[in-house]
Amino acid sequence: MADELKPDELLDKIDHTPARGSWMDTSVQIRPGMYCYAAKAESVETLGLPNARAWNPLEDDWKLPENWQEILHNGLKERLEKFRTFKIFMDICVRCGACADKCHFFLGTGDPKNMPVLRAELLRSVYRNDFTHAGKILQSISGASKIAGNRPLTLDVLKEWWYYFFQCTECRRCSVFCPYGIDTAEITIIGRELLNLLGLNIDWIATPVSNCYQTGNHLGIQPHAFKDMLDFFTEDIEEITGVNVEPQFNKKGADILFITPSGDVFADPGTYTCQGYLILFKYLKDKYDLDVTWSTYASEGGNFGFFTSHETMKRLNAKMFAEAKRLGVKWILGGECGHMWRVIHQYMDTMNGPADFLEEPVNPITGTKFENAKSTKMVHICEFTADLIKHGKLELDKSRNSNISLTYHDSCNTARGMGLLEEPRYIMNNVCDNFFEMPENTIKEQTFCCGSGAGLNAGENIELRMAGGLPRANAVKYVHEKFGVTHLCCICAIDRAVFPTLMEYWVPEVDVIGIHELVGNALILPGEQKRTTDLRMEPLPGMEEEEMEDEDE
Amino acid sequence: MNQKYMLPLIGVFLLFLLAYAGVEGANMQWAFGIIFPYLAVILFIGGFIYRVYGWASSAVPFRIPTTCGQQKSLPWIKQNCIDNPDTASGVFVRMVLEIFLFRSLFRNTKAGFARDETNRLSFSWEIFLWVGALAFHYSFLVVLLRHLRFFLTPVPACVRFLEYLDGIIQIGLPGIFLSGIVLIAAVLFLLARRIFDGKVSYISLASDYFPLFLIIGIAATGISMRYFTKVDIVSVKEFIMSLVTFHPSIPEGVGGLFYAHLFMVSVLFAYLPISKLMHIGGIFLSPTRNMANNTRAKRHINPWNYNVKTHTYEEYENHFRDKMIEAGLPVDKKE
Ligand code: SF4
Ligand code: SF4
Repeated sequence: MADELKPDELLDKIDHTPARGSWMDTSVQIRPGMYCYAAKAESVETLGLPNARAWNPLEDDWKLPENWQEILHNGLKERLEKFRTFKIFMDICVRCGACADKCHFFLGTGDPKNMPVLRAELLRSVYRNDFTHAGKILQSISGASKIAGNRPLTLDVLKEWWYYFFQCTECRRCSVFCPYGIDTAEITIIGRELLNLLGLNIDWIATPVSNCYQTGNHLGIQPHAFKDMLDFFTEDIEEITGVNVEPQFNKKGADILFITPSGDVFADPGTYTCQGYLILFKYLKDKYDLDVTWSTYASEGGNFGFFTSHETMKRLNAKMFAEAKRLGVKWILGGECGHMWRVIHQYMDTMNGPADFLEEPVNPITGTKFENAKSTKMVHICEFTADLIKHGKLELDKSRNSNISLTYHDSCNTARGMGLLEEPRYIMNNVCDNFFEMPENTIKEQTFCCGSGAGLNAGENIELRMAGGLPRANAVKYVHEKFGVTHLCCICAIDRAVFPTLMEYWVPEVDVIGIHELVGNALILPGEQKRTTDLRMEPLPGMEEEEMEDEDE
Repeated sequence: MNQKYMLPLIGVFLLFLLAYAGVEGANMQWAFGIIFPYLAVILFIGGFIYRVYGWASSAVPFRIPTTCGQQKSLPWIKQNCIDNPDTASGVFVRMVLEIFLFRSLFRNTKAGFARDETNRLSFSWEIFLWVGALAFHYSFLVVLLRHLRFFLTPVPACVRFLEYLDGIIQIGLPGIFLSGIVLIAAVLFLLARRIFDGKVSYISLASDYFPLFLIIGIAATGISMRYFTKVDIVSVKEFIMSLVTFHPSIPEGVGGLFYAHLFMVSVLFAYLPISKLMHIGGIFLSPTRNMANNTRAKRHINPWNYNVKTHTYEEYENHFRDKMIEAGLPVDKKE
């Protein structure tokens, strides 16, 4: 990271006024810091996806199959028939520009091809050329195609697709503002699906996908290691609370199967959120005899298959229902994650349902029927916890979070692909006294992406991530300066993995925290000892001195 | 000079000249008055149906509305029934607001970046595009509806009433129609935006300028006929009625300007189905807006859903059985 751009240098580069002239005149320059490494052959092979080989985006030769244009042409044609979204979005954009300055990548880089409309035009120009009558007629008049914005699919065009479809986090912010709901995320999803027909994935997606397929989770944690990690948290929690919260694994006949992104199990600060889950489940077990099991087979809530192709998404997602069926649970509870929830909420039942072997989810403790999940039978943990709190089923000590000043980042996917807005806010307000919203145009359905979603949270594209995260960080900085916000709260494993870096870059004083970490801190376990530290082993408010004494002993 | 707008401008001018000269110089009234209008109507109707049919025959595999408000979840959490509808009636309201009030465009913001000690990105409400778009579409609609007076005998009361409202500000004779003025002003605004706003100009294509110039041409010829050259309304009406009743006959004493106007209208109609102007139809079908966000409550069926190869639990356990047993994890088969 030594040659990384300084924040000031990055800011100096931002210019939101594009140069004059036609965007087709500038050909793509694949620049280090802005792109992710190519998928490794072995990862592509695991899933039997096409054209597994070693290749390097910086080299001229991308080692494409001989008939790559034909493959793409047929792929496009097939997808125009399979996805009405795609076909309509190709046809009806009026280039009004309403979406232009809505994309965090455009705002952070100033690169005009990061305007959602242009990102889509990269593909649309080829569509117009090859698939519309007008395009075909214009091809015969020299020079006419270009003026009409049409172009043939050349290697340069393909490279441009690759570069810019991996500079879109599929966040859908553009779609909120488009008068026709044109969703550039959908175009990127299909664009990437096309690229995958030629084996043009990035490794940060392909390898987690391959791990998830084989081992059950993105990080490739094997079953015993997965258990070890949770055992390790159990020990920490016992040290803090005096209570043994030992979880259950792969237990047949449990009430509920719990699935969360593996990031929560392996990467700080997600691990503290994971500890929050463990504390919550122990509490519910002791107080209400609720039987929750984890699974090592379905040990991944996230789904990087979604960033590869619809088919790959389905292949990875299938494990959730399969495991729920095998274990014979009543319904599934899902942890904090963004794209995981987009997949569960908008795709899972359609792809892998019907889940007729599960029961319509009812919270056995409050009797609440989760009507909104009665077909998919999977409930978001924020819906679940909010319901428990509302019914007074959790004994909470807010003061344990009183040294925290919170603001909240709505994940793109849960905000714009689901609408989970108030549940997390309700929980936060019940476990912490100091909550401040970021400015209105940067939250809820207008939330800004972390800049690293959709599989772009690699290390090598750090400049892209810091630039793309700028609008989000900028709003955090605003509430930090205005209200003294100390913590950025989120309900997404990718957020928790990438925000620490983003904050360190733009707003170093702000820490990152998950909602169930706050819950874990506040929840009073039956029979617990007097807690002196929070889950991070930092002294609780008012306990600083006791902690010092402890250490002295 | 910028080809992207010079070419369409010249193109529209040529279209005008073609009709004007064709009629004034070569007496081709029958072509510009009869053949092209009929042809345009056929292309318009046929093309429109073809395009909508094309979209409708593409599958909708997933229910993926863009949600712009609180979902329906727990009973005590207030749902945003319009921006995140879970019922058909909610979707209906959402669509009505989109189609008639351009609700999404209403949200438009403008990003600003201050490269100073604050380095603040700011987002301010930007209403002009919405105002311009709304003014344009509604004035166009009023103009179109007003023209019904040429197509219907007797002229329906509602058309006459509309005309009365449109002409309520009485200046000079014949009275000024507001719609015409608003239309021209709105089109000029949209055009100026395309030319002078750096971002919009960068994304604009010739096919974005062409309809704007064409509409300007149509409005300009229409306005000149009404206020300046004072076309013979009675003959025009007779002529249009002859077209409508499929007994076309060329009127006496109607000049080239009228035919130029009619020809440009014909071009607009014929062009519509092969262009982005099809957003008129597309907006109804856009799956991110016209679907209810109830995918977890009600299963959506993908017509082309197919089975895929997955990594089953059995394969997984076979792979890891020893390690699982050693770690004390339950297994289905002991060996
Ligand atoms: S807002 Fe929609 S119609 Fe306007 S340019 Fe963007 S994608 Fe096209
Ligand atoms: S989906 Fe998000 S990242 Fe992609 S173009 Fe739209 S605003 Fe940009």
